[in-house]
Amino acid sequence: MSLSEAEARVDTAVAAEDVGGSLLKEAWRRLRRDPVAITGGAMVALFVLVAVIGPWLAPYGPSDRAGAVTPTMIPGPSSQFWFGLDDLGRDELSRVILGARQSLLVGVVSLVLGMIGGLTLGVLAGALGGWVDSLIMRIIDIVLAVPGLLFAIGVAAALGRSLQSVMIAIAVVNVPIFARLLRGQMLSQREADYVSAATSVGLRRRVVVFRHILPNSISPVIVQGTLTLATAIIDAAGLAFLGLGGTDPSVPEWGRMLADSQDYLSGAIHLAIFPGLAIVFAALGFTLFGERLREALDPKYRR
Amino acid sequence: MSAVARTWTGRSGPTSLLEVRDLEVIFTRRGRRDVRAVDGVSFSVDAGETVGIVGESGSGKSITSLAVMGLLPNRGCDVSGSIRFDGTDLRTLSRDQMRDIRGRDIAMVFQDPMTSLNPVVTIGKQVAEVLERHRGMARERARVEAAGLLEQVGIPDPQRRLTDYPHQLSGGMRQRALIAMALACRPRLLIADEPTTALDVTIQAQILELLKQLVAEAGTALIMITHDLGVVAGLCDRVHVMYSGRIVEAADRHPLFAAPRHPYTGGLLASIPRLDSARGAPLTPIPGSPTDTLPWARGCAFAPRCPNVQDDCLRTAPVLEPLPEQGGRELRCYHPLPAPVAVEAVTP
Repeated sequence: MSLSEAEARVDTAVAAEDVGGSLLKEAWRRLRRDPVAITGGAMVALFVLVAVIGPWLAPYGPSDRAGAVTPTMIPGPSSQFWFGLDDLGRDELSRVILGARQSLLVGVVSLVLGMIGGLTLGVLAGALGGWVDSLIMRIIDIVLAVPGLLFAIGVAAALGRSLQSVMIAIAVVNVPIFARLLRGQMLSQREADYVSAATSVGLRRRVVVFRHILPNSISPVIVQGTLTLATAIIDAAGLAFLGLGGTDPSVPEWGRMLADSQDYLSGAIHLAIFPGLAIVFAALGFTLFGERLREALDPKYRR
Repeated sequence: MSAVARTWTGRSGPTSLLEVRDLEVIFTRRGRRDVRAVDGVSFSVDAGETVGIVGESGSGKSITSLAVMGLLPNRGCDVSGSIRFDGTDLRTLSRDQMRDIRGRDIAMVFQDPMTSLNPVVTIGKQVAEVLERHRGMARERARVEAAGLLEQVGIPDPQRRLTDYPHQLSGGMRQRALIAMALACRPRLLIADEPTTALDVTIQAQILELLKQLVAEAGTALIMITHDLGVVAGLCDRVHVMYSGRIVEAADRHPLFAAPRHPYTGGLLASIPRLDSARGAPLTPIPGSPTDTLPWARGCAFAPRCPNVQDDCLRTAPVLEPLPEQGGRELRCYHPLPAPVAVEAVTP
């Protein structure tokens, strides 16, 4: 027995080398070492920061006439107006800064709504299986058959032109994505050995689903959430571009700024470039961060 | 639940803790031929007894254990026969009743400790969960008890291990934790499905020793599912050898190892490399593979690989018959290996 005790000690000594806390802590540790994740994270942080403190950051108000313009002479970037002026003489930089808040708001609200709906359906389908699963998945297949933006346009148009309807429209488009993702994850986890083991000690199904299967299915959902935030921002811009969105002209929206710039493309290309870059910046930040988060959370990459 | 004395009460008397009769498991799949994974298996386990079920992959040994646990899926899987545990047929119980029995009266240790623990839940919580479920313990109390259980299975520094996640433990330690989970409620029957296959050889011996010791202390009956006769040799009172879904030979440990009668058992024994054989001596595998079987309906399933095969083996399948010898041997073979003269001298 003393020999096996000694072996047991060696056994744990080896294991003790990889000290560390929870899986999230480990993911965080790996993200911190990853330059791409840091870049993405920094972009996201800058975007969120600008969205939050935008009104104090912007040199001009959203409706202030900052300088003189004529329809044929719209000044581009200068030392006074970094992003130039728009067709009504408003400071483009201020409007881009103030537009961040709108983008983030639409993105986050529609993401949260979509996640709530999608995850509820996903858990139901994944945990109950059988006809509930079939019914939910067929409905989702039908929704997924319609292109996302087209579906969002339909929903937004049906709900009337307002910011809320844009959020709901984008949320509805995201519901099937989350539902399908979570259901698939749960189905694959259901076959896992630890689920058999949990079942073999007599745990109730509710406990097995919520304490064992669900927590193991959720990390792809977190990743998808980050990536979906990127598409939600693009979708929101797209809807605003098409004239669906907030009606208040004193609240700048990147999508609507792009749409308005169309008439002045030949004379004032900066009106298209800066809002466009802002959209790309925000979406790229979330995408880079999300992709690296996926790797950090994936047990397959874990050493 | 009092600790049951380790008594020897004969083969299949009314006192058997577990009695499996004519168990059949058939996997059905639309558009495919049915697969008979378990084909009329009967055996019994007495309280405190250790029984080995031995066979190659695909012989139906794991499916048998899953059937006893009630863990086979409902769909695509026909189970028939009876599984009496302590007098009640487990197959007549509702799902909820079965859930009460699992973990409390019958527990199981799985093959792969690397995947059998939930990666995102701490060891302490996973052990405590069982205690909360079956012994109605409050969280704090279950935690204290869990630490005690971890200590019992030889995990050093159990207090600290409680908050560890499975990936922070080595394979051997994880298997110990899984054994702690399985034995948390002092079940009367433990099924161990190849509990050491995924472990290093040195750890294997430790885990077997641990199982042996715990089972003896608590008077728990143990069904050891394995393909390794070496595991059986050191542990089991009685051994059932399965081939292609049926038991082909069953006997107490000593007579079985002293004189295997079924050619398959003989082949399994001969295939174990021995330290005392000449260096460079070839290994003696059983020719063919487990897929070269004959359906039992058309003769003996082992016939295509059997050294003793004769015409009658290919006509009808032999039945499992008790042999008039000590050790309660049962054999399913027309042309068994010769019985050694001195077999009576070996006593369990």
